[in-house]
Amino acid sequence: MVVNCEQVWQEISNYLESEVSPELRAAMEAHIRECRHCTAVLDGTRNVVHLYADDRLLELPAGFSAAWQRKLSESVPGPRGTAFGWLIAVAALALVSGSFALARFDSPARPALRSHHAEPGTGVPPQMMVEIAADGKTFHVPGCKYLHQHEGAGEVRLVAASEAIREGYVPCVRCLRQYLNR
Amino acid sequence: MLEKPAEDSEQSLIRRICNGESSLFTQLVKPYERRVYVTALALLRNEADAQDVAQEAILKAFANLRQFRGESRFSTWLIQITVNEARMRQRKQHADLFEPITEAPDEEGAYTPRDFADWRELPSEALERSEVRTLLVKALASLGQKYREVFILRDVEQMSIEEAAEVLNVSTASVKTRLLRARLMLRDLLAPALADGWFSRPPFGKGSKPW
Repeated sequence: MVVNCEQVWQEISNYLESEVSPELRAAMEAHIRECRHCTAVLDGTRNVVHLYADDRLLELPAGFSAAWQRKLSESVPGPRGTAFGWLIAVAALALVSGSFALARFDSPARPALRSHHAEPGTGVPPQMMVEIAADGKTFHVPGCKYLHQHEGAGEVRLVAASEAIREGYVPCVRCLRQYLNR
Repeated sequence: MLEKPAEDSEQSLIRRICNGESSLFTQLVKPYERRVYVTALALLRNEADAQDVAQEAILKAFANLRQFRGESRFSTWLIQITVNEARMRQRKQHADLFEPITEAPDEEGAYTPRDFADWRELPSEALERSEVRTLLVKALASLGQKYREVFILRDVEQMSIEEAAEVLNVSTASVKTRLLRARLMLRDLLAPALADGWFSRPPFGKGSKPW
């Protein structure tokens, strides 16, 4: 088998892919040995294949990986997000049910706050003695003129702030202002 | 973090992702992210568009993973999506008005090399030089799209002829014809510039000093 230049060029890609018959390969190699042009074409084509196969030629832009992974996690909540979400949900549930349980335990001794508009008296020193009126909603520093002393206000007692709080009284916003968080 | 066990084949990964372990998708795609990007870049010839389209292709693959039937490799399917996304982008940009994408028939007849520069030297450090990389990228970008597509899949991404044919939805004979022409055209474009000991030339003229 004898081949000419055109035939070599036509088959040079298949030759590099090792996709030519042994006869054709032998004939091409015989021709190339004698032909400077075909040697140049073969060497050059082989160089092209080698150069473009190199990973250094086309590099991933920095940040490409992070960018698609971020978009991906935005498009669906990944398991990390889900796990975090579940953690929050479980914690919230524990808090809520815990406070219900606490409320149940305390309910015989502790009525709801007497005034829903007031702050609970958590900032008031628990041992501080305060005055409460049986039908009132607030506890006061003894002598506070805002203590309910009008008709029907009921018995006035002097108790520890902790006891007043336990009974659902809230601090007077005037005489106990310094202990409030406002 | 612990390495995933080796038996985590792509098939089992895909099954687990479809069953809700969506975070594993990153692990599935990571080995092919470069291919996805390079494919998009080869088609669009613009880094910003290529990044955009490559990301869209990956998200699309995730959204449609249940439709992957396993008849081809996952990578083939992923690159197919990328090619389709890139072509859609080109149509949007009306690039096809200037360059017909698939309609033009393959050129008949043999391609005749134009230049016979003696290009034998190929030191491995050639690609360390940015001007060499730029030259190669520009030469590739100057090819017609159907040659560029085939060349990038086969010679840059090292796909088999059959895979490239599947991705591009053309016959293997077409892939081979286009590949031959792409390689010869690139050789014609590069040989004059890179032949004759070009690589061994110092960056500054002989004897000259950079300071």
